[in-house]
Amino acid sequence: MKTIHVSTTINGDPAEFICTPDETLLDVLRNRLGLTGAKEGCGTGDCGACSVTVNGRLVCSCLVLGAEAQDADISTIEGMADGDTLHPLQRAFIEHAALQCGICTPGILVAAKALLEKNPDPTDEELRYWLAGNLCRCTGYDKIIRAVQAAAAEMRGA
Amino acid sequence: MQYVAAKTADEAVALLVGQSGMARVLAGGTDLLVQLKSGMVEPDLVVDIKRIPGMKDITAEAGGFRIGAAVSGAELGEHAGVCAMWPGVVEGFNLIGSTQVQGRATMAGNLCNASPAGDAVPSLVAADATARVHGPNGARDVAILGIPAGPGRTTLAKGEIITSIFLPARPARASDAYLRFIPRTEMDIAVASAGVSLVLAADGTVESARVALGAVAPTVLLAEEAAKAITGTRLEEDALARMAAACAAICKPIDDKRGTVEFRTKTAGVLAKRAARIAYDRAGAKK
Ligand SMILES: Cc1cc2nc3c(=O)[nH]c(=O)nc-3n(C[C@H](O)[C@H](O)[C@H](O)COP(=O)(O)OP(=O)(O)OC[C@H]3O[C@@H](n4cnc5c(N)ncnc54)[C@H](O)[C@@H]3O)c2cc1C
Ligand code: FES
Ligand code: FES
Repeated sequence: MKTIHVSTTINGDPAEFICTPDETLLDVLRNRLGLTGAKEGCGTGDCGACSVTVNGRLVCSCLVLGAEAQDADISTIEGMADGDTLHPLQRAFIEHAALQCGICTPGILVAAKALLEKNPDPTDEELRYWLAGNLCRCTGYDKIIRAVQAAAAEMRGA
Repeated sequence: MQYVAAKTADEAVALLVGQSGMARVLAGGTDLLVQLKSGMVEPDLVVDIKRIPGMKDITAEAGGFRIGAAVSGAELGEHAGVCAMWPGVVEGFNLIGSTQVQGRATMAGNLCNASPAGDAVPSLVAADATARVHGPNGARDVAILGIPAGPGRTTLAKGEIITSIFLPARPARASDAYLRFIPRTEMDIAVASAGVSLVLAADGTVESARVALGAVAPTVLLAEEAAKAITGTRLEEDALARMAAACAAICKPIDDKRGTVEFRTKTAGVLAKRAARIAYDRAGAKK
């Protein structure tokens, strides 16, 4: 298969990679660029563990081709903390013990951040619907909801 | 497999026509990539249409709206004008998948994937929307009902793509609604569904109606007798009962673990009744 050369922006930095036409953005991030924060839970759009944003839209990177990233602006979990300073959502997840195995966590953090940028003060119901495509088999979700709400409150105050 | 991001609709058509093997259009990829991964399809060529100018545009036209074939659910849901004029179309489309799927999925993709349970399709049929089809012989407009041919099959010829979907103008006192039944509250495939579009007369009676049913036949159904049953009424109980019976009369659903024939048939009528009431209230509430 002929490879494709792609120029894109990832977490604010220019990035270049080579991929095959059928390679997903998730595989490119993980296997070619060493950005292993996005996880493959299902590979079929059901679990949300691979969530990233492309041009500001939350998507499953397992359902995007690497080739589609040409000239796009991509954000992954690796761009969330500011150096050693964790994002309020990341701190809240630790403080509220909103993770156990952690497989779902990067996707949920990226998805929650996308929601709070649109709606800084969501109801629990809005939050649960927004995150319906992010599956967690460990926590039972309750701590996740509390952690996001705590971070949202902190971010509204800041 | 070769991947090409076409720069014009003509280029996309030429690429598709020129491919002797299997070719597929790529819009949001939320069906296509799943099919690629499972080996269900093994195309020689994938033509991405998202970079064609206009494909991501929503434009006012002749009192209605033209929606580019690459407009995602998230984008349509943020368009106040379309949400106000065609709330049922938007709610059907926005029921598809999760937030992440909404970031990519398109109405034209839902239509061309041709699942009998596609959630964007019944409302589009009820809306009497048309698809603009671009092909080797130029462009033509096709009623949405004319696109699906059967599960996974469309009437589009080789090289033809949908470039936009047109939602017509609405008189005052008109609205629509869509409902589906799924065993969960989110992220599931419709067991039965109904889209209803109503225009009310000044006295509050239904002047005209279109009713479409999903997941109860190989393709979406336009329930003309059901629409007749409520035309000229104020959706009184007996009119709604006749409508539900007319819906049930045309259902030809499959029997599977997600729903029996009997359940799907009954549910389609119940959903049509409820969707009609919602559309009626919305139409009356609109000034
Ligand atoms: C997790 C998940 C949940 C889902 N939930 C639902 C649901 O609740 N309800 C539902 O109905 N669907 C659901 N789907 C299926 C899918 O998201 C929808 O059918 C979606 O609308 C497809 O649009 P797309 O743009 O992603 O299509 P693509 O995957 O890009 O294309 C689908 C098919 O249509 C063809 N095509 C696309 N655009 C055009 C065009 N403009 N002209 C000609 N051919 C074209 C493609 O070649 C392909 O065969 C779900 C999918 C996932 C992954
Ligand atoms: S890996 Fe992408 S949604 Fe599960
Ligand atoms: S913490 Fe294990 S899946 Fe969510």
